[in-house]
Amino acid sequence: MTSPDIAVAVDRVIKRYGSVTALHGVSLDIRENEFFTLLGPSGCGKTTLLRAIAGFEDVTEGRILLKGQDLTGLPPHKRPVNTVFQQYALFPHMTVTENVMFGLLRKGWSRPEAERRVRDVLHLVQLSDFAARKPGQMSGGQQQRVALARALAPRPEVLLLDEPLSALDLKLRQAVRMELKALQRETGIAFIFVTHDQEEALTMSDRIAVMSAGRVQQVGSPREIYEAPVNRFVADFIGETNLLDVAVQSISAGQANVLLPGNHPFTCPAAAVVEPGAGHLSVRPERISLCPEDQGHLRATVTGHTYLGTDIQLHVVLVDGETMSVRLQNAETTLVPDTGSVIGLKLETGAARLLAD
Amino acid sequence: MAAKVDLRRFPGFLTVTILCLFVLYAPLIVVAVYSFNASSSITNWGGVSLTWYADVFTGPEAPKFQKAALNSLVIAVCAATAATVIATLAAVAMTRAGRFKGKTLGFALINLPLMVPEVVTAVASLVFFSAIGFTTGLMTILIAHIVFCIPFAYLPIAARMQSIPDMFEQAAMDLYATPREAFKLVLLPLMTPGILSGFLLAFIISLDDFLITNFVKGAGVETLPTAIFGSVKQGIKPNIMAISTLMLAVSVVFVSLSWLIGRTGQDKKQAR
Ligand SMILES: Nc1ncnc2c1ncn2[C@@H]1O[C@H](COP(=O)(O)OP(=O)(O)OP(=O)(O)O)[C@@H](O)[C@H]1O
Ligand SMILES: [Mg+2]
Repeated sequence: MTSPDIAVAVDRVIKRYGSVTALHGVSLDIRENEFFTLLGPSGCGKTTLLRAIAGFEDVTEGRILLKGQDLTGLPPHKRPVNTVFQQYALFPHMTVTENVMFGLLRKGWSRPEAERRVRDVLHLVQLSDFAARKPGQMSGGQQQRVALARALAPRPEVLLLDEPLSALDLKLRQAVRMELKALQRETGIAFIFVTHDQEEALTMSDRIAVMSAGRVQQVGSPREIYEAPVNRFVADFIGETNLLDVAVQSISAGQANVLLPGNHPFTCPAAAVVEPGAGHLSVRPERISLCPEDQGHLRATVTGHTYLGTDIQLHVVLVDGETMSVRLQNAETTLVPDTGSVIGLKLETGAARLLAD
Repeated sequence: MAAKVDLRRFPGFLTVTILCLFVLYAPLIVVAVYSFNASSSITNWGGVSLTWYADVFTGPEAPKFQKAALNSLVIAVCAATAATVIATLAAVAMTRAGRFKGKTLGFALINLPLMVPEVVTAVASLVFFSAIGFTTGLMTILIAHIVFCIPFAYLPIAARMQSIPDMFEQAAMDLYATPREAFKLVLLPLMTPGILSGFLLAFIISLDDFLITNFVKGAGVETLPTAIFGSVKQGIKPNIMAISTLMLAVSVVFVSLSWLIGRTGQDKKQAR
């Protein structure tokens, strides 16, 4: 069945709400001690999947296993997983200590043991000085850490986090990312983290599952997801990309020969399911370099540029009318071509990728 | 701001306002002022004194009023308690059980007593009690009071309930609390301001009720309002004004308390 290093196995899970299908047969293996992220646009079913693991929703079909044990029919209070809620859901009538101790006492810990554990966990999240406060008297970032402490205190087998950073402002969010990642390493348990922020996913995760419309599109390391997306959705959702219409002539051993707009032949890696015919080539804007107009893979006319601080984004249009963007590093030597000039574009071979729809 | 209709600019607004306030409060003020009248006339002012307050507690009618007041108090406490318990359970069911068959009907049934003319309820209660052969007395008053107090207790409790998102109970259950523990340790404390507010409102409604009480009370059993009415039928004496003023004071205190408790709960939520 499941190998011993799988923390949570999601097995062909379907979830319907009346006529709405929120999950269309999702299968995932989340390993022990990994930072696993569910990434996808709003409404794709991330929260639904997390709530199904926590036990707040029954699945319509399929099952969820925790360390090999089938969780079907087990109510939330009997599942050894804890959740950090998006709005934190700290009990407003209890102090920080009482909040963190809640799960320990319900689980049957003795009071002295629970008190010791609360002290340790509050120390871990650097909130020792706030033990006697009520949640209403704390900042958003502090409340977020209380929520984390409360969920970690009972030593769950897996920690579930539903967009726990979305209520924080940008600066704080970036600082907390690293803390959260460090915390996961320290505790040594699997974190299942939900977000719709691709940057968050890329910087924190060991592996990412990209979801769309109730289906898992791709599972892989941040690098695999970014550099080897399997389809247009993933390529488009993660980072910025140019999607070019190309004619696929032949495919062998994962390499495709295609004709670019302007009929220039080009060879690049292809996603597994592509077949000859019309295809889409994904090229990251930072993996394109400029050259004289007759030396590149593509000819393009410059239509303008946008100043982005560290980068300059060049907007160009190809001979067949497709638009592309190119990232130029903002260095002293960078020459930005004038609007209206015709230039050549060179694609890095390994960085362009032929995709299925 | 500019789009708002400013009622104060309407012609005659001030006159109408003053007229309404006068009609509402002038009688109350007259009663309150004349309860301190030294003279036994209800129209001539004879100087300030507490004679009639003393008369309420020591005068010839004192034993009757004391007994009636005790009855009123016992009934109000019992009726408000029972109504609050029922209303709390109803509010939990209505807001937490999701959509269920007959939910709208349930809501209507809980709040219907607010709409039905009181005299109809009074007659119906009397008919009901005599139909089942219940001897009228304190018990019938209590049962009738519990029934009509439920919607009054329900409204503040349900309002409070609706402002508590269900994530708190889910968080509790996520932290190994059984549904019972989640209710007792998390939901109930959060509902407390609403429950207290509902109790106080029910209490004061029961304390003040005359119509239904008068129909279902047995012979010789009096509550404070029926005792006052009985007394007034033999002519208005200033001691009635003293009692009325006392009841007014009690009502004002309880209603303010109910409002204040409801509000502190709201403030705390908004501050979060
Ligand atoms: N209780 C419900 N009843 C009916 N439909 C629901 C219910 N909960 C979720 N859905 C639907 O299921 C789909 C997935 O919802 P879900 O909350 O899992 O999305 P999400 O990926 O978490 O989105 P977001 O990023 O906005 O939080 C949505 O189409 C939503 O409308
Ligand atoms: Mg969500």
